[in-house]
Amino acid sequence: MDFFIQLLVNGLSIGLLYGLSAMGFVMIFKSSSVLNFAHGELLAMGAFFFLVLTTWAGLPIYLAFLLTLAGSFVLGFAVERLFLRPLIGESLIFVIMLTVGLASIFKGILLFFFGGNLHTYPEFLPAGLGVQFGNVFIPPVYVASSFIGIVFLVLFGLFFKFSPQGIFMRSVADNQTAALSLGVHVKKVFALSWAIAAMVAGMSGIVLGVINGINVHEISAIGLKVFPVVILGGLDSIGGAIIGGIIIGLLETFTCGYISPSLRDVVPYAVLVCILLIKPYGLFGLAEIERV
Amino acid sequence: MRRFSFHACGNFKESYAQEITIFETDFGRFWLLAGLALLFGVLPFVGSPYFLYVCNMIGIAAIAALGLNILIGYTGLISLGHGAFFGVGAYAAAILATRLGLPFWVCVPAAGFMAALTGMVFGIPSGRLKGLYLTIATLAGQFIIEYLLVHWESLTQGTMGIVLPEATLFGLVIDGDRPFFYVIFTCLVLVTWMTKNIMRTRFGRAFIAIRDNDRAAEGMGIPIFPYKLLSFGISSFYAGFAGAIWAFYMISITSEPFTLGLSVEYIAMVIIGGLGSIPGAIFGAVFITGLNEILRWLTDIFMSMGMATGFGLNMASLRELAFGLAIVLFILFEPKGLAEIWRIVRSNFRLWPFSY
Repeated sequence: MDFFIQLLVNGLSIGLLYGLSAMGFVMIFKSSSVLNFAHGELLAMGAFFFLVLTTWAGLPIYLAFLLTLAGSFVLGFAVERLFLRPLIGESLIFVIMLTVGLASIFKGILLFFFGGNLHTYPEFLPAGLGVQFGNVFIPPVYVASSFIGIVFLVLFGLFFKFSPQGIFMRSVADNQTAALSLGVHVKKVFALSWAIAAMVAGMSGIVLGVINGINVHEISAIGLKVFPVVILGGLDSIGGAIIGGIIIGLLETFTCGYISPSLRDVVPYAVLVCILLIKPYGLFGLAEIERV
Repeated sequence: MRRFSFHACGNFKESYAQEITIFETDFGRFWLLAGLALLFGVLPFVGSPYFLYVCNMIGIAAIAALGLNILIGYTGLISLGHGAFFGVGAYAAAILATRLGLPFWVCVPAAGFMAALTGMVFGIPSGRLKGLYLTIATLAGQFIIEYLLVHWESLTQGTMGIVLPEATLFGLVIDGDRPFFYVIFTCLVLVTWMTKNIMRTRFGRAFIAIRDNDRAAEGMGIPIFPYKLLSFGISSFYAGFAGAIWAFYMISITSEPFTLGLSVEYIAMVIIGGLGSIPGAIFGAVFITGLNEILRWLTDIFMSMGMATGFGLNMASLRELAFGLAIVLFILFEPKGLAEIWRIVRSNFRLWPFSY
């Protein structure tokens, strides 16, 4: 029973991480319908930026965190302005391959400066944050990451619900032409959604780095794990991304614990194929994809 | 004897047969023959073994890229699983040759058919899905096949890999770079000829119709789903065929190379070469394979100078960066790829000195 609960807790926390990582991805897709294959590298950029600020520049944690968010914001903005904007209206394959190319460039830059080794952040979480339930122990990083995840989820929920920019973003996602004709600055919305998505990605990257240490290859692999998560949750639903993340996380840890550790990495993709065949718009997505 | 024509003096086509003709002038025929003579008669004898090895790699990549171009460039379906289909071909050839002891000339097409079957299985979602949903489905296919290649140990021997027997053709043993050069490039010429002609039949026209507007195509009586599956099948056949030759050429194979990275490399070849262009796929294969080799050579130089090793400048980072830059720059500045550049250069020559 303890084993089960420990797996449950692990699965929930890993799932929440997946959900967090997927959030930025969904945000980009929701407003500009771009399938971002560079998402894992955006996570890694944030994680390494934080690493540079904390260990090399020696800044205090909260300052480094804020600067990382700001840096990721600028990065996302620049990526949209320089690379994605010329491609508005181009066919899907070019947009997809552009993000694949960007992923390669980011990965190359990170490998050039940091190599493929594992880096770690200095210890900064207070040890008292860990929670002990009977025989089950939840480590402090998981508590902190769950906390950050929930805070950001609520913040974004409020942002999309009430702020003008959030409403513009939703309107563009809903119907680009209608939004354009009602005076929404669609290009600005694209830029903003990339910037915010990169910011969320940077934050998720830091959380991932705190939990597993930072390694270019591992973090960018998470970027591919995002696909089963978002398809399960629905490509355009931010809440769905979190739920999908948690389901995939639980599925992974239970497969790992009860069946076989090697199956762990392939189960999400098997689920992905099944969902695509049965319910392609996911659990919470809008059911308006075009059937052939 | 009919008169040779060396220069088209305008667009005077009167029938569809003239429209789809391969060679508009005898000039093209002449250059093709000259090119083939150079390829088969001169290149294998003047090139060093390393040069021939690079040529062989280009040839194998070009076969796979031609197949992918049928799928992406002509049918408008995106597959992120071609690296895995290539791997299926390689493993199928290896297993058929070692377990059943089949000869080379049976193994290679059979491996192609195995890959075609696999490709069609992962093409089934295209019956319901299109666009990015289909792309994600093929991505899942890539990961599932990769997993099976490593973990289905009774069949693939897992990480141990398989050692293939010597390839023989018509009683001759094919080993070393020069014999393989002839085999690979004969196959490439045949495959190019086949692709060109598939595109001139009703199958090719149906693919193009589906790419341009699938609803209109259906309205005109093209059964979309069978044609999409067929496109998946043909393109995976090419990938598996290339994979099988590669396996015999490499002698021993493991599951390592058939990753998502390889799939992306093939798509990059198709895009950099030019979507929906047969010479483009070959240009793309030359470009990407050449880029890989140049980067390897550069890294060796840096390494031997010993200056950059401590800084983490290794093959991986340089390669990723250059590869990504090539894709991004081509998409942003020349989305029609090398084929378009080739066309512009050619028409400049033809129209010189009045090239406007």
